[in-house]
Amino acid sequence: MIKLQSVDKSFGDLRVLKGIDLRVEKGEVLSVIGASGSGKSTMLYCINALEKIQGGKILVDGIDVHCADTNVNKLRREIGMVFQQWNSFPHLSVMDNVALAPQIVLGKSKDEAYSLAEKHLKHVGLGDKLQTYPTRMSGGQQQRLAIARALAMEPSYMLFDEVTSALDPELVGEVLDTLRLLREDGMTMIVVTHEINFARDVSDRIAFFHQGVIEELAPAKDLVNNPQRERTQQFLSKVL
Amino acid sequence: MSESASTIQFFTGFSVNDLPFLAQAAGGTLLISIISISIGSILGCLFGWALYASRYARYILGSILDIFRSVPLIIQLLLFFNFFPILGIPLEPFAAGCIVLTVYTSALVAQVARGGIEAVPESMRRASRSLGMSYFQDMRYVVWPIGARAMLPAWTGVALGVLKDSALVSVLGYLELLRASQILITRTQEPFIILAIVGAFYFALSYPIGKITARLEQRWQYD
Repeated sequence: MIKLQSVDKSFGDLRVLKGIDLRVEKGEVLSVIGASGSGKSTMLYCINALEKIQGGKILVDGIDVHCADTNVNKLRREIGMVFQQWNSFPHLSVMDNVALAPQIVLGKSKDEAYSLAEKHLKHVGLGDKLQTYPTRMSGGQQQRLAIARALAMEPSYMLFDEVTSALDPELVGEVLDTLRLLREDGMTMIVVTHEINFARDVSDRIAFFHQGVIEELAPAKDLVNNPQRERTQQFLSKVL
Repeated sequence: MSESASTIQFFTGFSVNDLPFLAQAAGGTLLISIISISIGSILGCLFGWALYASRYARYILGSILDIFRSVPLIIQLLLFFNFFPILGIPLEPFAAGCIVLTVYTSALVAQVARGGIEAVPESMRRASRSLGMSYFQDMRYVVWPIGARAMLPAWTGVALGVLKDSALVSVLGYLELLRASQILITRTQEPFIILAIVGAFYFALSYPIGKITARLEQRWQYD
């Protein structure tokens, strides 16, 4: 379970997260929507300690993420993350992109890491690209590579930060399909997205962020079809 | 008439027998260059990393390195070489030359290396950290290989520059190509041919560096 307790986060004077409370249960898919700059991506960064927080607490499986004694490198093995920019390692083949972290972080042998990599690459539909280099692939393929790379660490949670925002429109579908696949696998996910329809169809709940607070949090279909708060209604009327 | 036979010969012409002498001098150039380029590059990469990682290093180390980048090498050599005997520590020209050239190389490489690290996008590093890599694993397996590719062309320029600048160590009396050529020119009074040959030696030393790095660059291309 991922649990946020009145989390505060500032960049200098700018308060980006204002007392966020949130629980994400094992197996749940939570989508996070809201305007740019509302703090949704920042929240993801705080969950796996890529950003520090100024107040509150974040617990992942009961471990205090921002406690000084916490081994964040170890914690991050449990939390896969995929970014807006796919960040493929350009000097490594597709296979090595995925196999690197299992080898150096988990200490798996080369053979183990490769078979793990192959399994996950096949799963995201890149089974025919194993020896290719990422620069030869489309954005959608590289984003699926990034997903496979995170999955190869066999995390308990996956965080997705606007993973389709930098993609050409015709490539969005293949990445969203991969996320649907993960949902079917029962992966616990927090998905920051601008794809409202996708969020409605795939997630259990949706959180609407507005200026650093969760304005509305409801079961996915309810929030999209029948938003209660005025700001949510305004936002949805603009993007739908 | 044997008048010329009784004249003392000050000058003797350049001959093939002088080539081994030049080759030995080329060895001197090569040795001092290899030592200072390799050690200087390793130090330079460490300095570059420090410049990148720490604000204090940027101020303090950065300013020190700026001195070595900005003061003409020949002045650095003479100052350093003459400084130690004052302290009562005799220093061989070779050692003095190596030290000064190494520091000089490291000062140049430091900026190149800092640029190489900066060429790796921040988001890439977040991605590797999010996979559970430690700071040093990220440095070793992601930043270094990507940064090294980015800095290779600039590093090649530095290496070729240092190889040629090593000629200045001749002012300390270390036998390398330029010094050897001066000795031969004094004896033979044939500067043109000797400088041409020495130039050819420098070319022979530089060309492989350019060739090897060009090939490496090609092999390292992302495809």
